[in-house]
Amino acid sequence: MSDAPEPILSLQGVIKRFGGLTAVDEVSFDVPKGQVFALIGPNGAGKTTLFNCITGMHVPTAGKVVFEGRDIAGSKPYVTAKLGIARTFQNIRLFEYLSALDNVKVGQHARMKAKLWDAILRTPFARREEREVTEKAREYLRFVGIERHADNYARNLAYGQQRRLEIARALATEPHLLLLDEPAAGFTPQEKVELMALVDKIIARGITVFLIEHDMKVVMEVSQSIVVLDHGEKIAEGPPAEVRNNPRVIEAYLGKSA
Amino acid sequence: MELYRENRRNPNAIAYAVMLIVGLTFPAVTQFVTGGNGDYLVSLAADAGVYVLLAIGLNVVVGFAGLLDLGYAAFFAIGSYTYGMLASQQLISSPIHQALHVPFWIALVIGTFVAAGMGALLGAPTLRLRGDYLAIVTLGFGEIVPRFFQNMKDWTSGVNGISALDVPTLPFWITGPWVNMQLGLEQNFRFATFNATAWYVLIVILIVASVLGVNNLYGSRLGRAWMAVREDETAAAAMGVNTVNTKLLAFAIGASFSGFAGAFYGAKLSLVSPDSFGFIVSITILSMVVLGGMGNIPGAMIGALLLYSVLYKFLPDAPNQASALATSLGLDWLNTASPDGWPGIAEFINRLKFIIFGLILVGIMLLRPQGLLPSRLRSQELKRGVHDEPVTTGGTA
Repeated sequence: MSDAPEPILSLQGVIKRFGGLTAVDEVSFDVPKGQVFALIGPNGAGKTTLFNCITGMHVPTAGKVVFEGRDIAGSKPYVTAKLGIARTFQNIRLFEYLSALDNVKVGQHARMKAKLWDAILRTPFARREEREVTEKAREYLRFVGIERHADNYARNLAYGQQRRLEIARALATEPHLLLLDEPAAGFTPQEKVELMALVDKIIARGITVFLIEHDMKVVMEVSQSIVVLDHGEKIAEGPPAEVRNNPRVIEAYLGKSA
Repeated sequence: MELYRENRRNPNAIAYAVMLIVGLTFPAVTQFVTGGNGDYLVSLAADAGVYVLLAIGLNVVVGFAGLLDLGYAAFFAIGSYTYGMLASQQLISSPIHQALHVPFWIALVIGTFVAAGMGALLGAPTLRLRGDYLAIVTLGFGEIVPRFFQNMKDWTSGVNGISALDVPTLPFWITGPWVNMQLGLEQNFRFATFNATAWYVLIVILIVASVLGVNNLYGSRLGRAWMAVREDETAAAAMGVNTVNTKLLAFAIGASFSGFAGAFYGAKLSLVSPDSFGFIVSITILSMVVLGGMGNIPGAMIGALLLYSVLYKFLPDAPNQASALATSLGLDWLNTASPDGWPGIAEFINRLKFIIFGLILVGIMLLRPQGLLPSRLRSQELKRGVHDEPVTTGGTA
């Protein structure tokens, strides 16, 4: 798979300024469909800001965010979620006092059709849909391997399980593109191996994975292409082997260890 | 591996069952115990029911969606005034010179929708606010709305309020020994003020319908969205929840309960006056919800019943009770005022009323910080620390 297929997401000259600070500076790249695509860079390089621009949490100061052929720059987060972009958060942001199952069911929100009156009167349609969503939510929990914790509060799950739950919740939105913000942060080597297996399973479902990750081993192993950001600018792009040997990347990012 | 399940009996189910049984038998038991003089108590219970409805509604806003509303009485006022204007002679003196006499049952629905609409309208400017800031703005609404009705003199008679409101009517009603009458059907029944049982039955029906509706909402797509917004608005939005609509619906649905509670209240009292909806009313309802168990429907109901009986039964009765107790203990001297400043036990207790009320509030919150009947959620939050539930390590499932 050396030739990139059509892009699912295309960033075109995206700029994000906060007052005088330019967090993302004219970044352009394409995320090919069906691949694992990685975004790396030192702390403060603007990676999460770029994610926020894609999901609509930030409105880019300039530039286009083209998702499946349409410019979504400035769309509200719930709209991008509906269109098929799901994400996890660098600092886990679960609904702490909802059960794991309910967390995943919230992910199905935009895919449900029950109206207000269905909810108040608990119509047969609402009941059927609720049953289906519960069943689906259990499947997603099973998919990430935490089904037996379905009834526990999200806050009571162990750290690694919380990260998995976030992925299950994101998958429940039935995305075409899944953004993972440092999914391996704080993981043991064993958990990292499991995470990489999970990413493979997600790709096998036809979902494109776009991740931010600090762990070079994970990045090099799991991703097909990498973009490197430094001080908000794109300094390199290409397959892992190429990026690893890029002098600018070594200087900016891998500096000491190289 | 087995799921770790709690096998305790569901306290909510028990609470509902007890409330339903007590609720259904209350008028009969009261009349029996008091020897047929229980009308006052039954009427008081019907008034308490209004606060139960209000607590159920506020619980949607504060408990489910996590939006701290300090001006909830505003919607109560809107419901009451809507009914007052639609079902009395009041509008003759208004610019439209035409009295409206909309039947209670239709006015109930109109009041509900008007309050819901106002809830959404007042909610809209607060959507960008969170926590304390939201609370301050809702506090402002709570002050403005009664003042607004007070100043619309042509429509509302200002400080005098609207009086002589229409009472609900029904084609027929069942009468029986519980109102000292023969068992039978009464044609063209009117809810007269003295017929406490009829009002009581009506409020119980309204409460039961409300509980069913809210309970359905709680387990629905919308209920989950409310709780997701309460827990983490950013994450909720990222999961496809339209947080603006979700919060507006919380305000609107929460307000709708005070809409029909207000219509009932106005019709029963046959009077709507601007000073029935002050800040203290908002705070009392909020205390009921917090004290009963925020986020839990039966908790909010029990909180409302408890606080209402303390405020309107226990405290008003306390001076006389104390005086009677002193007499029965042979401490008659306590009842007589003495020149050195002792006012007599009854007056002494009367002066202490609100200290006692405060102490009761503080006491309950110290003993049960999570509320009398908390949702599972709050009890976890306050009783247990983080991560101390036995959780098996994530295996390679």
